[in-house]
Amino acid sequence: MIELRGIVKRFPGVVASNGVNLTVHKGEIHCLLGENGAGKTTLMRILYGLYQPDEGEILLNGKPIRISSPRAALSYHIGMVHQHFRLVPTLSVAENMVLGLDEGTGPFLNYRQTYKKISQIAEKYGLIVDPRARVWQLTVGQQQRVEILKALYRAADVLIMDEPTSVLTPQEVGQLFSTLRTLVDDGLTIIFITHKLDEVMEISDRVTVLRKGKAIATVNTPETNKAQLAELMVGREVVFRMEKNEVKRGERMLVVDNLHALNDRGLPALRGTSFDLYEGEILGVAGVSGNGQRELVEVLTGLRHATRGRVTLEGKEMTNRSAREIVDMGVAHVPMERKTMGTVPNMTIRENLILKSYRQRPFSHGMFLDNKAAEENARRLMNEYQIMAPSIDTTVKVLSGGNIQRVVLAREFSGDPRLIIAAHPTYGLDVGATEQVREILLAQRDRGAGVLLISEDLEEVMTMSDRIMVIFSGEVMGIVDAEGAKIEEIGLMMAGERKQGVESASTEVA
Amino acid sequence: MQAPKWLNIERRPIPSGRTIFAVSILAIVAALIVMGIFFATYGVSPIRAYGSIIGGALGNWSGFSETLRRMIPLLLCGVGLTIAFRALFWNIGADGQLLLGAVAATGIALFSGLPGPLLLPAMFFGGFAAGALWGVIPAVLKVKLGINDVITTLMMNYIALYVVLWLIHGPWRGPSMRGYAYTDMFPLSARIPTIGQSHVHWPTLVLGIVLAIIAYIFVNRTRSGFETRVVGENPHAARFAGISTLKTVVIAMLISGGLAGIAGVGEVAGVHYQLLDPTQISMGYGFTAIIVAWLARKNPLAVIVTSFFFGVLMAGGDVIKVNLGLPYELINVFNGVIMFFLIGSEVFMNYKISIRRH
Ligand SMILES: Nc1ncnc2c1ncn2[C@@H]1O[C@H](COP(=O)(O)OP(=O)(O)OP(=O)(O)O)[C@@H](O)[C@H]1O
Ligand SMILES: [Mg+2]
Repeated sequence: MIELRGIVKRFPGVVASNGVNLTVHKGEIHCLLGENGAGKTTLMRILYGLYQPDEGEILLNGKPIRISSPRAALSYHIGMVHQHFRLVPTLSVAENMVLGLDEGTGPFLNYRQTYKKISQIAEKYGLIVDPRARVWQLTVGQQQRVEILKALYRAADVLIMDEPTSVLTPQEVGQLFSTLRTLVDDGLTIIFITHKLDEVMEISDRVTVLRKGKAIATVNTPETNKAQLAELMVGREVVFRMEKNEVKRGERMLVVDNLHALNDRGLPALRGTSFDLYEGEILGVAGVSGNGQRELVEVLTGLRHATRGRVTLEGKEMTNRSAREIVDMGVAHVPMERKTMGTVPNMTIRENLILKSYRQRPFSHGMFLDNKAAEENARRLMNEYQIMAPSIDTTVKVLSGGNIQRVVLAREFSGDPRLIIAAHPTYGLDVGATEQVREILLAQRDRGAGVLLISEDLEEVMTMSDRIMVIFSGEVMGIVDAEGAKIEEIGLMMAGERKQGVESASTEVA
Repeated sequence: MQAPKWLNIERRPIPSGRTIFAVSILAIVAALIVMGIFFATYGVSPIRAYGSIIGGALGNWSGFSETLRRMIPLLLCGVGLTIAFRALFWNIGADGQLLLGAVAATGIALFSGLPGPLLLPAMFFGGFAAGALWGVIPAVLKVKLGINDVITTLMMNYIALYVVLWLIHGPWRGPSMRGYAYTDMFPLSARIPTIGQSHVHWPTLVLGIVLAIIAYIFVNRTRSGFETRVVGENPHAARFAGISTLKTVVIAMLISGGLAGIAGVGEVAGVHYQLLDPTQISMGYGFTAIIVAWLARKNPLAVIVTSFFFGVLMAGGDVIKVNLGLPYELINVFNGVIMFFLIGSEVFMNYKISIRRH
C-alpha cells in the first residue's frame, strides 16, 4: 500500500500539488483524473523520485520512505511509464532495457541472458516485441510496450502510467488493458492517468480526482459514473453536447492525385493515394496507424518528398513545395509529435506562438521582430485557449502535457488558415478542452476552411467528420459520408477491404 | 550510484539567471583553487602568484594595456562563437578563421594599391569576408552532407595555418626582411591607431564592443536571430516551421567566421603590422574564445566581461613568466581547468542539490 500525505510541490508561479492525500491499495488499478495542469504528472513524478516534495510524506506499507531519485523509486519497486517516452531511438530494445542497470556481468553485456529474460516477461504479459529491433523502427504502441517491459525488467510492482492511451490505437488500448489486467492478477499495482472517462470506467477499481493541485475525491469505480466524474473534475456540471451545423460544402480545394512516397525506412508508404477535400468540410482519415497516415501528413506539409503524384491547393501547385511555402499558402498543421516537432520546449510561450508567423506582419518589421505584437498575440491566445501558465514568458518545457498541446493548437488555428491538417488534435486534452477543440475545428470548417482530421480515435472521426476516408497500406480503401456510415463497413476497409466501386489505387474516388 | 541519504538532488528545468551566475562564479573559484595547487608545486605561493597576475595585468598601464590587447581578439571571436553555438554549430575553427582574416588584411594592405584612406576599411571588410568564407565552408558541409562540424572546423585551422606559413615563406616573403619569414611592414595608412605606445588598437576594441551589442540585438530581436535559436534548440521544430537550416547555419557561421576574421585584421594591422608566424599572430585566441563564449553562457553582451577576464589571465601569464619564472603554458593549463569546471558545473545548473533538512 502506498500513501501520499499532504504533498505540497511549488514551482515558480504555481503550486502544482497543494496538500494532496492519496492512498493506493496493493493490487488495484487506481486512476488519476483531472483537468490539464491539475497536477497529475507532478504528483507521480514525486512518487517516482523525479521531484522532491516541499512538504508532506510518502508511506510504503505504513513506513515513511524517502524517494530521492528514480533509482530509489525502483529500489522500492516503483516504476513509471512517462507521458513522453524516454527510450534511446538508436539502441535496440534489449540495449534500452539494460541501460543504466548493473547486472553484475562486469564490463560486458550478456545479451543471451537479457533476451531470455525479456521474452519471459513479454510472454507472460502479452507484451510481444522483438528484443533485437531498434527502437526507432517501432510503432508508438510497441515503444510503449518496451517502456512497460523496462519497468517490469527492473522488477517494478507498482507501475505508474502517465496517459498511456492517448498515443494508442483502439486495438492497442484493448491489448494494453488486457496486459494491465494480467499484471494486477499477478499482484502488481497500477496507477493510471487518463483523460478518457470511458477508460476510467472500464479499467479502474478506484478513481482519485485532482483539481488545481488538490485531491478532491476518491471514489470506487462501480459506485460512480462519467457525469459525476466530469463534474468532480471541473467543479461544475458538464454537458456533453456538440452542435454540428449542416455542412456547407464549397469549392474543391485540395486535390491529391496518385500520391506516392517512401517511409523513413525507404519502403513505399503511400502507394497511389488520391482524394479531394472541399472548402467547409471535415474529411476524417481513419485507418490503423502505420498505414501511411504519417507520410501523407508529411508530404502535404512539405516535410517529406513525394516520389510521384500531384497535390494542388485551390488550383495552386503544392507538390514538393518547401514547408515554408506551404505554411505561407495558409496550411496549418497540428503535428503528431507536439513536443518534439510542434514546439521549441526551451523557448517561451510567446515565442512558440509566433513560430510560424514570425516572418509576417505584425510580428516582424523588416528584419526585426516586434516583441509588443508577439506579446499581445500571446496574451490573447493564452486567454482564448485557456493556456495555464504563470506568464507568457514561461518556458513551454514546464507546461503540463495538455497545455503544451493548447499552445500548438492556438498557434495553428490563429491566422485563419485555409487548410487545416490536424493529427490527433485532442490527444492529451481534458474533457473540457477536447470539446473546445472540437468546437473550434467545427467553427473553422463553418468559416470555410478545409479540415483533414487524422485520428486513431474512431469515435472522434465519426462524430467530427463530414466524410470519412479509410486508408490501408498507403491506399485509399474508400470514402464514405459520415452521415449514416457504419462502423462495420469502416472496420472492414481498415482491414484492407476496398469499398465497392473502388478499384485501383490510382482512380479518382469521390 | 545512489546519492547519499542527506542529499536532495532534483532536476531543475529552467535555471534562473541568478543560479547561472552563481554557478559560473563557483566554477571559476574552483578552477582558481586547483590552479593554486599547480602554483604551489612550482614552489610559488598561490596568493603571490595571483597577486602578481592581478597586479601585473591590472596594476599599471603597461599591464592593463596588455590585458586590453588580448581582450580584443577574444571579444571578437567570442561574440561570433556565441552565435555559432546558438545555432548548435560547434565552431572549433575560430583560430583558422582569424588567420584567414589576417591573410586577407595583409593582401589588401600590401598589394591592393588602394588609396590610403580606403585601405583600413577595405582590410576590415576583406578580413570579415575571408573569415566568413572559412566559416561557411564547414557549415555547408555539415548541413548538406552531414559532415561533423567539430572535425571540419578543427581541421580547417591547420589548413589556415599552413596557408599562412606558405605565404610568409613563399610568395609574400618580404623583400626588405632579409630572408626572414615575414611579409613587409604595412604602410602607415594600413595601421590601426593605438593608444600611445601600447598595442591597444582601440578602434578594433570599440568595434568589438559595438558588435557585441549588435550581436545581442541580433539574437534577441531579429528574425534571423529567432531562426538561429529555433534551429539550435529544436531542429525538428525548425523544419516544421519552414525555417531553412542551411540558411540559418550559414548566416550564423558568416557572423562567427567573419568576426574571427576581423580579429585577425586587428592582430596584423593593430599589433604586428605584418603577417608573421601563425603562432605569433594568434596565440590560440580562437580556442580560448570557446571558453570565453561558454563562460558567457552564449550571451554576446556577457562576452565583454568574460573576454576581459581571459585578457587578464593571458596578460598575467606573461607577468608570472617574467616575475616568477613560471612557464607561460600554465595559463593554458588554467584554461583547461576552467573549461573542465565550467562543463562540470552544468550539473549544478540543471539540478538543485541541497542538504536534507529532516
Ligand atoms: N518543472 C516545472 N516547473 C514549473 N512549473 C511546472 C513544472 N512542472 C509542472 N509545472 C506546472 O505545474 C502544473 C501542474 O502540471 P502537471 O504536469 O502536473 O499537470 P497534469 O495534471 O499532468 O496536466 P496534463 O493533463 O495537461 O498533463 C502546471 O501548471 C505546470 O505548468
Ligand atoms: Mg500530465
